Amino acid sequence: MSPPATTTDTLSATSEAARVEEAARAVVAAHDPRTVSREELFGALYDAGLAWVHHPEGLGGRGLSRGLQAVVDEIVTAAGGARMFAVNPIGYGMGAPTVVEYGRDREQVAAWLRPMATGEEIWCQLFSEPGAGSDVAGLASTAVPDGDEWVVNGQKVWTTLAHVARWGMLVARTDPDQPKHRGLTYFVIDMQQPGVEVRPLRQMTGQAEFNEVYLNDARVLDAHRLGEVGAGWKVAITTLMNERTAIGGVTGPRGSGVIAEALGLWRAHPERHTPVLRDRLAALWTRAETHRLTLARARRTATAGQPGPEGSVSKLVGAELNQEVYEFCMDLLGPEALLYDDYTMSRERVHADPGSTLQQRFLRSRANTIEGGTSEVMRNILGERVLSLPGEPRSDSDRPWKEVPRG
Amino acid sequence: MAEVENGLQEFDVTEEQRELRSALRRFCERAHDEATVRRLMDSDDGWDRALWARLGGELGALALAVPEELGGAGGTLVDQAIAAEELGAALVTGPLLGTVGLAVPALVAAPAGQERDALLADLAEGTRVAALVADVFAPHGPATAAGVTAEGTTLSGTVALVPDAAAADVLLVAATGPDGPVLAVVDPAAAGVGVQERGSLDPTRRLARVTLDGATGTVLATGADADHALAHAFRVAGALLAAEQVGIAQRLLDTTVAYAKERLQFGRPIGSFQAVKHRCADMLVGVEQARSAALHAAWSVADPRLDDADLAVAIAQARCSEVAYRAAADAIQLHGGIGFTWEHAAHLYYKRAIADAELLGSAEAHRERIAAAVLDTLGADVAAPQVATG
Repeated sequence: MSPPATTTDTLSATSEAARVEEAARAVVAAHDPRTVSREELFGALYDAGLAWVHHPEGLGGRGLSRGLQAVVDEIVTAAGGARMFAVNPIGYGMGAPTVVEYGRDREQVAAWLRPMATGEEIWCQLFSEPGAGSDVAGLASTAVPDGDEWVVNGQKVWTTLAHVARWGMLVARTDPDQPKHRGLTYFVIDMQQPGVEVRPLRQMTGQAEFNEVYLNDARVLDAHRLGEVGAGWKVAITTLMNERTAIGGVTGPRGSGVIAEALGLWRAHPERHTPVLRDRLAALWTRAETHRLTLARARRTATAGQPGPEGSVSKLVGAELNQEVYEFCMDLLGPEALLYDDYTMSRERVHADPGSTLQQRFLRSRANTIEGGTSEVMRNILGERVLSLPGEPRSDSDRPWKEVPRG
Repeated sequence: MAEVENGLQEFDVTEEQRELRSALRRFCERAHDEATVRRLMDSDDGWDRALWARLGGELGALALAVPEELGGAGGTLVDQAIAAEELGAALVTGPLLGTVGLAVPALVAAPAGQERDALLADLAEGTRVAALVADVFAPHGPATAAGVTAEGTTLSGTVALVPDAAAADVLLVAATGPDGPVLAVVDPAAAGVGVQERGSLDPTRRLARVTLDGATGTVLATGADADHALAHAFRVAGALLAAEQVGIAQRLLDTTVAYAKERLQFGRPIGSFQAVKHRCADMLVGVEQARSAALHAAWSVADPRLDDADLAVAIAQARCSEVAYRAAADAIQLHGGIGFTWEHAAHLYYKRAIADAELLGSAEAHRERIAAAVLDTLGADVAAPQVATG
């Protein structure tokens, strides 16, 4: 956990919160979320420095503590607006902090951020490959310089939103003679070009939320490189840290979120109540509640603008809790849980689909402990970065990437 | 999130609280190290009256949440919870639960009077100590005062397991009279009072059997007043016990991680093995959750606008009991053979952890309260999720 705020910080934070609140209220008053387009509302928030309050001024922010974004989100959703995160999750949650920190040209960064905030340009993340899952730094896609451009070849996988994305955050190998972490470079690639082919990747629920992306002589401008050549891993860490925060960091009121489904099901099926199931639900509820309190406490005590390893705690706990809550729901439902409506492939994201069923969400939850970093990797991060325990002996750190066995 | 006072919000930590924590930690390191714990647990009394008086008089750590006009520091329960964490981490022996956890808040919530005011001032100062004679192995309820019957000022009955009773200068007795519960003060040396110390699994917090055979007490509260005082005592004690469990779990995490970094097997620190590392990571996750729950309970008892204080305490006790016990069990496991020896401190924490988990109601008992408060009262606003019908 970050060091707690001092009383003085708290007092000045309180007046900052009041200013943010006032500004957000002014935006929703001038652009009623129920009548104006999403683009207009989010654009107005961006222009008022309320899209990412912790960003610098002129880049959709006000240079404030990131915790104050919750004040804006609350006002916007209460007025009937969508969450900026929900509209463009990869861009809003992960792309923005990465381009702000590592973008080399402020005008270019601003040109990316505004349509990212409005949702006019969707972003996706091109990290994972068939041969590089948890060991994402071992990835094999290549980028070769060609004038003021790079030529990219390779295959990416598990790419959310690639089929609708305008921009992709790409990590590619630019020097196979270096050890794996040192030969990577980070780019923002135009997804709408002939060299980028997107194919749906069907998952166990029947849907295809994700994609495979084939890069065949795709081109990316050197001006769209983030950070230095060979320093892509450092940039990628920023994206990944924000991914964990984004996945685990959403808190609502007590009893909301996935546990709400179990509560609703419990109330709807008194005929299936047993003392054993009741205790199991009470235990799950208690864990969900202490998880929620922990997120609230982390938000309150976070002084630094950067997400730290506590994002890994919340990602780990949230993922495992989701699975156990859905397992409970299936057991509570009993035989009826074995029904399924339709395995026809669609592009719906199960969690974003208001028509999705409990059984779909149960199956979908298997991915929670894999996507965005497996629970095993999360525990390594907690052990090594928070508790400073020593790493495993490794056989790949100091060898040129091309000599490390893969498969 | 509601603003509480002075511009503070829940989970804010003040500079004074940080100073309190480090002062208590320094005090425990100097005056109550492991050697002291071992010496005291082998002594007849099991605690050190002089050290206790320093905690009260010099550090003011025994009545942090008690109003100044009653002899306390005039802070909030969050201050006392921070003290409970630190004193728990050092396994401070002495009547913390009986006096600071239960008797002090019961007296604070009882009607004012000469006897109450004088006793409260002495307990705050650390010159006298007390135990609550009641069923303190279950959450507050109708059975709390059932062990002793009161007729006027005459008390009779037996309570088989009373923490800190042998140490107590004063017994605060929860009894049942013709008009409901009664809270009375009893001198343990008076006629008809028997306090028999029992062998305790946790040698750092001793249990005793208290027998009252027509003993005379001074009645402090009856009926709704007594019920209110007892309910408040259990609420405060629950929040403080949860904080103590956090202190224990954090200390066990710290010592276990330190050991995993220095202990070498197969030519490398055992903390580099994922089987060990992941168990440490789970301890960390547990400690973070337990701390959030315990702090929330203290904040909610201090300011009931934040939450239903009884529910917040039940959540904290349910979760902190699990976490502290698990941390103690994992600490032994990760230390390997040395963790099972008498010489190593792990067993002292393990014994405190299992005792703490049982005190004031087990995790199961508190889950029962949670289920009654949350699951059994779900309203029509809680919608059933859409289920596939095939």
